[in-house]
Amino acid sequence: MKQALTEHRRFEHLFLILVSVFVLVPFVWIIAAAFKTQIDLLQGKLLFEPTLDSFREVLFSKTTEFFRNTASSLIVATLSTLVILFIATVGGYAIERMHTPRWIVHGLLGWSVVFHMVPPITLVAAWFPLYRQLGLDNTYTGLVLAHVAVHLPMALWLMANFVRDVPIELEEAARIDGCSTPYLLWRIVVPIIAPGLAATAILMFIFSWNEFAVALNMTAKQTATVPVAIAKFAQGYEIKYGEMAATAALSLIPALLFLLLGQRHIVKGLTTGAVK
Amino acid sequence: MHTPYARRLTFWRRVALTPTLAVFLLLSILPLLNLAALSVHNVRWEEGRASWDYVGFAHYARLAEDQLLHTGMVNTLIFSVVAVSIQIVLGFFLAWAVSRIRRARILYRTIFILPILVPGILIGAIWKLMLNYDFGLVNDFLMLFGVMPQDWLGTPHLALPSVIIVDIWHWTPFCFLLLLAGFESLPQDLHEAALVDGASAWTELRYVYLPLMMPVILVTFLFRFVTSLKVFDEIYLLTGGGPGSSTEVISYTIYRTFFTQDQMGYGSAMSVAVLFAISMLMVLAWATGRAGRREAA
Repeated sequence: MKQALTEHRRFEHLFLILVSVFVLVPFVWIIAAAFKTQIDLLQGKLLFEPTLDSFREVLFSKTTEFFRNTASSLIVATLSTLVILFIATVGGYAIERMHTPRWIVHGLLGWSVVFHMVPPITLVAAWFPLYRQLGLDNTYTGLVLAHVAVHLPMALWLMANFVRDVPIELEEAARIDGCSTPYLLWRIVVPIIAPGLAATAILMFIFSWNEFAVALNMTAKQTATVPVAIAKFAQGYEIKYGEMAATAALSLIPALLFLLLGQRHIVKGLTTGAVK
Repeated sequence: MHTPYARRLTFWRRVALTPTLAVFLLLSILPLLNLAALSVHNVRWEEGRASWDYVGFAHYARLAEDQLLHTGMVNTLIFSVVAVSIQIVLGFFLAWAVSRIRRARILYRTIFILPILVPGILIGAIWKLMLNYDFGLVNDFLMLFGVMPQDWLGTPHLALPSVIIVDIWHWTPFCFLLLLAGFESLPQDLHEAALVDGASAWTELRYVYLPLMMPVILVTFLFRFVTSLKVFDEIYLLTGGGPGSSTEVISYTIYRTFFTQDQMGYGSAMSVAVLFAISMLMVLAWATGRAGRREAA
């Protein structure tokens, strides 16, 4: 019996290891490609002498935009995450605990579902003419607002979900003690939902960091984010494979950091709501 | 019930809802109305100012004959159905395998999550190099088995399957994650009961886990299906809709019409039509779900 069990497990580990290899090989290969010379890369050599040329070209050449793009991505992702967190926390609290009329709640839910289904490109098409009239195209403000609009629905329901788990007795006790609503939200609810807040924050940051379709059409050279820059590498007349690989390798770093530091939060954010 | 307390609560409720409703009205409803207005006009930009010419429903009439849009819709549906189905099946077995082991669970989960966190455009860049005819790893690998090198993204009948494979690689981990959460929420004594009854792993999977997991599987499928209808990033980088129109998808058709061909009016009509079609699809799914539940009850 015991032996049968271990045998089973061995089969499962084999399967999982195989899949892990499939998942990891492209990443390893692209990182290796970033250390190859253009010639080694084009010849598809598996054994090669590592060189930093591609990285040097991406980071320090005269025409490089890498730092500007990274700064744009950081600014947009940070600002949109902060705005979303604020709106979603007070909004989620209002939905769950403030006797918001049901038609408003249902309206917001319907909107969220539709928003989740609509291709972002349709939304960009809807914003674009307005943005041009208001002079918001190619500005950080414009992109931040767009990211807020795209990702707020998900954040709203995540936060509502987390607020629902706050014991109502705590709030009642605070009310009896004469606690005002803002004080209650800030001093009692927010500390309790802090883990949920962290999960939402990380998720929103990643979404904004990764977002491409909106950024592509709403930014120009000055405000282009990292994904837009990566796309530009691949779209030129003469594709610079080495630099493309180096940029790709460098832009893997945030994902790796998130994975190592915030995995628990990411899993929580992605699975909340789906399994209930 | 108009105590000062109730009045204060109403006041704060309005304050708390204002930002959400502002985003809703100003960044969703208003632009979408503008989109609808655009769709019945021809728009030209002259010196930063737009001039609108009313054309009635001419754009909508044109939609019906747009061969590229039809191809785009068919491709998008094929793409979504095939890719998501395979993702669910693969994700299910992965989640099942991980739920059965004790050691290295977190390690596997860490590895599998990685593709979800990476920008879609980066996935496109990686696979564009991986699938390269001359130096891509995929051809090198298949050569070991005597398969002739293929131009995966440049051959009409191979391009769509290639893009689907990339999507499977990208999103199976997400299905795995949701399904694993599903497995972990099942009570442990189920497994023990099945063990006592002498059920084989396969019987247990088929007759215990599969029925219990059905709701989670459905949610995951719907969520992924809806997301994959929006596919844009990978297509943009990998194939740009080509060769010919073999990987043309809706998002890409709209993008090209609206932004690279500067036909804002026609592009808006397309967007509105897609919005409408997707809403219909949603209503249909909802109605089917309701009918299904009523039958079960």
